Amino acid sequence: MRYYDHLIFDYSKSGRCGYTLPKAAAPEVSTAVPEGLRRASAPALPEVSEVDVVRHYTNLSQMNFGVDTGFYPLGSCTMKYNPKINEEVAALPAFAAIHPLQPVETVQGVQAVYAGMEQMLSAITGMAYFTFNPCAGAHGELTGLMIMRAWHRSRGDMGRTKVIVPDSAHGTNPASAAVCGLDVVVVKSNADGLVDVEDLKPLLGPDLAGIMMTNPNTLGLFERDIKQIAALVHEAGGLLYYDGANMNPLIGKVRPGDMGFDIMHLNLHKSFSTPHGGGGPGSGPVGVAAFLKDCLPYPHTEGQQDNETTGSSAGCTQRVDLLTCGPFDPQKTAGRVSAHMGNFGVILRAYAWLLTIGRQHVREVGPIATLNANYIKELLRDAYKLPIPSVCKHEFVFDGLINDGAREGKEGATTLDVAKRLLDFGFHAPTIYFPLLFHQALMIEPTETESKETLDAFIDVMHRIAAEAAEDPDILHAAPHACPISRPDDTTAAKHPVINWADLQAE
Amino acid sequence: MAKVETGLKYAETHEWVKVEGEFAFIGISDYAQHELGDVVYVDLPSEGEYITKGEDFGAVESTKAASDLIAPVSGCVEEVNTALDDTPELLNEDPYANWMLKVKLADASELDSLMDAPAYEAFCK
Repeated sequence: MRYYDHLIFDYSKSGRCGYTLPKAAAPEVSTAVPEGLRRASAPALPEVSEVDVVRHYTNLSQMNFGVDTGFYPLGSCTMKYNPKINEEVAALPAFAAIHPLQPVETVQGVQAVYAGMEQMLSAITGMAYFTFNPCAGAHGELTGLMIMRAWHRSRGDMGRTKVIVPDSAHGTNPASAAVCGLDVVVVKSNADGLVDVEDLKPLLGPDLAGIMMTNPNTLGLFERDIKQIAALVHEAGGLLYYDGANMNPLIGKVRPGDMGFDIMHLNLHKSFSTPHGGGGPGSGPVGVAAFLKDCLPYPHTEGQQDNETTGSSAGCTQRVDLLTCGPFDPQKTAGRVSAHMGNFGVILRAYAWLLTIGRQHVREVGPIATLNANYIKELLRDAYKLPIPSVCKHEFVFDGLINDGAREGKEGATTLDVAKRLLDFGFHAPTIYFPLLFHQALMIEPTETESKETLDAFIDVMHRIAAEAAEDPDILHAAPHACPISRPDDTTAAKHPVINWADLQAE
Repeated sequence: MAKVETGLKYAETHEWVKVEGEFAFIGISDYAQHELGDVVYVDLPSEGEYITKGEDFGAVESTKAASDLIAPVSGCVEEVNTALDDTPELLNEDPYANWMLKVKLADASELDSLMDAPAYEAFCK
């Protein structure tokens, strides 16, 4: 990785620019804008040529690490490869050049994508309907809870304000519930890392709105008692919300709808191969059981369409029923959650992915993701502490090194040190210090898109790092050695953030 | 090894309490600051607010995590250690010298449910 630490402002020369414009026919700003609204001085923008801009951003981009650069085993994030055919499809002018306020008759292809996607996701998850309006996973969570609240409210059951969240949940779950105005109650995990049914029972009552669960949970373990939990929650009048962040191992194998969940969200930017993290934006479609249809946010595409006729060239001679945004019941709907119908470009990429791998191969996603995770886990458990030794799903958690090299006068190597050392070998660090259940948590998720050779290379490096720690933990303390920046000062960065040119000038 | 100061009372959520007459000083233990890592922000209630045993009264943020502070006793906040606003790292430097709140105890019997130093030391193992 080449070191590059310039700011675009470093290239600024007064009066330089990368364009020429003809003289405007409009009156000068000085006369057209009332004096009180004119700025006193020009904005502090960099004045640079086109080539400066291109070189600057190309150099910056070379300091980036992404799934296109190397293996990215970031637990809980499903950093699978983003196939380039998704980008090709999303770039088609018929999709890329539309406007969100176009009359619905003129965007039937887009509506067909929504309808087809709803059909496919329903088949994969066991839900009846999907809304694509939420723009991210946490937005999906909030929307799901709004649907839950709308349903209780539509029945006049106003006292249901409590949401149960397991202690192993993603931090966004209690946050979403709080934003939705619901009260969060935590249910404990048992020794196996699963929801403790006995701890759950006393929490159930007439004030229960529902429970939010991730299955497999954040430890990568399948909640085996889910059927019993679903029965207990439903009996108490609550609904079950499924956090789809960990959907990857289930795709093609198990459906949340069959487990008893009523509402769920999916992260298209995780399980459905669209760009993730800084490469986003995301998309968090929410699926619901049939009885919750009226509580969906609006607009929602109405009218089922058969994918095969939509996609065929014969489609133009067939009469296709118009897909519209259907009516909604203001007494029941969760309302509007985004200006239009979510991040269509992202939904389209996920649609392209599903059609590319097809009905047959989509069944292999979960099993291969699970196999890859277990392969790494079993080959590394001789060097890293494995707090929960059972078969995992798509990810698993180590609790630091077995031999961290601690000795008289020397601190042992921590999970942070292991993560930093991995960077020297060209791998992105796994998720560290999450979940909070383990003090030295190191969470690895390889996804199904990595080859055995890549997994083996990662395992070799992890063994090498463990051997280094045992021999001399200082090698790890000082890592990374090969990166442009070794250890940023997190504490100063958090307390005194210098995030733009003006801040830097003020220093 | 995390230090445990004798003469203090400890909660399972790693807050300590030092009783002086009808008042109590509240802070976090050495174990807690060690687990958190570098503390970058402390969110505390204001003077005159009432804190309730078992409920959160604020939060500590480190570069690693944000954790709720759980009240080990109930009472009215008499004084807040405002030095922590600008220098939260004091909690890392000496978590026992740098208390967070001075509280007027509402119910001294609540102290009975807290651990003494040897019990807390055993609890942290």
